[in-house]
Amino acid sequence: MLNVENLESWYDRSYIVQGISLRVGKGEIVSIIGRNGAGKTTTLRTIMGLVPKCKGVVTFDGSDNIIDEPTHTRFQRGLGFVPEERRIVPALTVRENLRLGLVSSDLKSKEDEIIEEIAVSFPRLKERLDQIAETMSGGEQQMLAIARALASDPKMIMLDEPSEGIMPVLVDEMFELFVRLKEQGKTILLVEQNVERALEVSDRAYILDQGIIVRESTGADLLADKEIQEKYCAV
Amino acid sequence: MNGITLELFVMQMFTGLALGTVFVLMAVGLSLIFGLLTVVNFAHGAFYMVGAYVGVFLMGVTGNFWVSLVLVPIVVGTLGLVIERFLVRPLYGRGIDYPLLLTFGLALVLVELVRIIFGLEGQSFDVPEVLSGAVNIGVGYFPLYRLFLIGVTSFIVFALWLFIEKTSYGLIIRAGARDPEIVRILGVDISKVWLIVFAIGTGVAGLAGVLAAPMRSVIPDMGSTVLVEAFVVTVVGGMGSLVGAVVAGMLVGVVVAMTSLFWPSLADLSMFVLMAVVLLVRPQGLFGQKGLMG
Repeated sequence: MLNVENLESWYDRSYIVQGISLRVGKGEIVSIIGRNGAGKTTTLRTIMGLVPKCKGVVTFDGSDNIIDEPTHTRFQRGLGFVPEERRIVPALTVRENLRLGLVSSDLKSKEDEIIEEIAVSFPRLKERLDQIAETMSGGEQQMLAIARALASDPKMIMLDEPSEGIMPVLVDEMFELFVRLKEQGKTILLVEQNVERALEVSDRAYILDQGIIVRESTGADLLADKEIQEKYCAV
Repeated sequence: MNGITLELFVMQMFTGLALGTVFVLMAVGLSLIFGLLTVVNFAHGAFYMVGAYVGVFLMGVTGNFWVSLVLVPIVVGTLGLVIERFLVRPLYGRGIDYPLLLTFGLALVLVELVRIIFGLEGQSFDVPEVLSGAVNIGVGYFPLYRLFLIGVTSFIVFALWLFIEKTSYGLIIRAGARDPEIVRILGVDISKVWLIVFAIGTGVAGLAGVLAAPMRSVIPDMGSTVLVEAFVVTVVGGMGSLVGAVVAGMLVGVVVAMTSLFWPSLADLSMFVLMAVVLLVRPQGLFGQKGLMG
């Protein structure tokens, strides 16, 4: 589904992503784990086309190299992204936030139906559809951000630290959702601080350190390897 | 204060509202453009002036006020479209000062161009027959054209409100003013949105120019005073707020009209005093959000 080769990117003059290659197969859950400042967020942002200074090869769903494509056309190809800190639009209602996820999608004409479906699979959002988004708890806002990214039915979704600062019961709900999405055939690329939870649901994982990938393995394998978790993931 | 009757007071209120319409139309565009593009458009007064001159020109060609009124915002908006696309766009992401300097210089260029084409002399723009005269509004006779101004402005403001609050394009505009990046992530080509908002803002400024033409003299410099007034209104109302632009525009109009009734010598000063008071009490303006400048 997603293939990345020798990806490099810079913020101003700092060299962040220093030649990363990774792939995510259709229907897989893949995690990128590593310390704070390892370059995880920048990797996702570069794949989404949000880091202007970058090079390398990114192909998605059989495409040519999309490294120079603008962000919005990557969305049109079916690449969804839930960035760090949720980024819901605080002054809009929950429903308006969900509509925003559909404004440039082919599914826009079925807006009402899709919002109905979302209300069924996200019961927490159902009774809050007409509430202003910022009045919800952090976890509910995160659910909204994920629901908004899923509204357009993307082929693959990338999530940056979705469990950060969220109460445990909602974290459970969220990881159950990831498994359910996988069963429905969605592809997921996950960046997580919550290493154990992430590895439990992941088919494969990459460990990132100082802008390069130091280890690739199956989720179960890395989960068993306490030493490597200690070395690269201790915050 | 002798001789000031209730009728005179109410009449002056209406005069203030009519005066406020031009402020509102100018501030709405200025505020939208700032709120979404973070561009402080110093050429906004020049677009207003160009609107008046295009109006004069079209009146000369067609002889029809209504045709001119409809065509002016289209012509000026198209000019805005071209300017955003080729001059402003390359400056995004370089901070607020680059587009500010560009539009400042652009205003000078537009004024000089109009001087070259139309000369220094003022042009006249007459109120059409059907809109001249005065009507009885209960407390006295009020110029019909000023009522017309209030009507047209209400219509434009209502249309803009519908567009921004009720359409999915408006949803993109509201979200994009707050977080342009998330809008891109959700598949929107944000540069198109900026283009259209710039065109709408400048088009409405052009409309304000042609509407004001019969009341104020049409001269190449006419945009500079109105630009200052529009900035005062935008600051009072809160940068980036549509409601703020409307309320503050009317408020400034009424304050100026009332001051000129009671203390004529202070009329020009009154709006600045109002701005200073608002800034002291509420630095973000009446309807502004804190920290919009990030």
